Amino acid sequence: MNPAHEFVARDRAQHPPAVTPIYKTSVLRGPHRPLISLQNSQSEVTGPAFGNSALGPLDNDLILNHAKTGEPIGERVIVHGRVLDGSARPVGGVLVEFWQANAGGRYRHRNDSYVAPIDPNFGGCGRTITDADGRYHFRTVKPGPYPYRNRVNDWRPAHIHFSVFGSGFAQRLITQMYFEGDPLIRHDSILATVPDGAARDRLVARLDLDASVPLDTLAYRWDIVLRGSRSTLFENRLQGN
Amino acid sequence: MITPDALGYLRETPSQTAGPYVHIGLIPRQAGFDIFENNLGEAAFDPTAEGERIRIEGRILDGAGALVRDALVEIWQADASGRYPAQGMNDPSGRGWARTGTDFETGLWSFETIKPGRVPGRRGHGRMAPHINLWIVARGINTGLSTRLYFADEEAANAEDPVLGIVEQPERRRTLVARREVRDDRPCYVLDIRLQGEGETVFFDI
Repeated sequence: MNPAHEFVARDRAQHPPAVTPIYKTSVLRGPHRPLISLQNSQSEVTGPAFGNSALGPLDNDLILNHAKTGEPIGERVIVHGRVLDGSARPVGGVLVEFWQANAGGRYRHRNDSYVAPIDPNFGGCGRTITDADGRYHFRTVKPGPYPYRNRVNDWRPAHIHFSVFGSGFAQRLITQMYFEGDPLIRHDSILATVPDGAARDRLVARLDLDASVPLDTLAYRWDIVLRGSRSTLFENRLQGN
Repeated sequence: MITPDALGYLRETPSQTAGPYVHIGLIPRQAGFDIFENNLGEAAFDPTAEGERIRIEGRILDGAGALVRDALVEIWQADASGRYPAQGMNDPSGRGWARTGTDFETGLWSFETIKPGRVPGRRGHGRMAPHINLWIVARGINTGLSTRLYFADEEAANAEDPVLGIVEQPERRRTLVARREVRDDRPCYVLDIRLQGEGETVFFDI
């Protein structure tokens, strides 16, 4: 993508507002003042680039990238999809990172004290770079649901956190992916921060039997859409700077 | 499922909070384990990059004035001559991008970097004052927050900066200007970020 193109305005109706009382932590951490809208300059349309040489060969394989004495316990899954922009063009060559709990819902993090045990063979993070068609894939175990202090009996549905870079820093996105059919989805206080039902549904990965490996690993498919850039048919205000 | 609208456009994937364990994925050493050979984002520039070495640091405070100790901060900045490292190139001086977590005890974030030069503004605008773009995510932040760090010793450039200029209230502009200190003979710029309430930092919809 030509970095001189500026991005279309972010449609904030697709995103959660800053303060969403159902998710209690947001009440003191969401700004009260309106955001100040900036037309893009170089500071927003450019962004860091990452090459495959920055990554290791097992970085997209969570089944093997922290295996010490064997493989992790849990439901083996492949997660794959495409990163597209708002004009449905593939976004190739961008860094996608992911992290998650283990099969029992326990995170490998010094601040997580949930009773379910750490899996000695599971780290829970990985990363990859999209190919020219915007495709990404990784292998992992399906994460378990996880209780957390919000309402007294709140449980997160099984989910994988995603961080995505585009060509410009203005496309920077962190989100979460859920699994089709999980009954906890409709009770989740964090997914509920997204006001639009169709938008929430876009965070749910579909079971993809066609991409599964028989007698080995199931697959889920999830596509990610980053902000599109404007078609500058009669002007390009960023050129000539 | 993703379906194009009547004009063939796709809507952006909704943001979700990075959660309290964002470190696992993006800075696993802070989560408490080592997994990658190459940890991304440890420095914005290589030691050989030209320019004045500076430290930037600050804390993040919530609407009750409490420290936010589980945030992730990313920076994106130009080099000393005001150029952003080119997309798709292996810029020998570095990527211009780095990230870190606020400290679990002190709540402090910091970067060792170089002071950026002035970058051109949009057409019709003058050059922007030296600034570093910040992006903040954390538990309780539903969509990443974009802001900028400007430098207190760039008074003249700040006064003509086209972005500071669109912040209507002058006292709000000051929430973006880091104060300068000298520590061990090296400049350190300090900027606290207030997510909400009195002295609330200016955040941008970029």
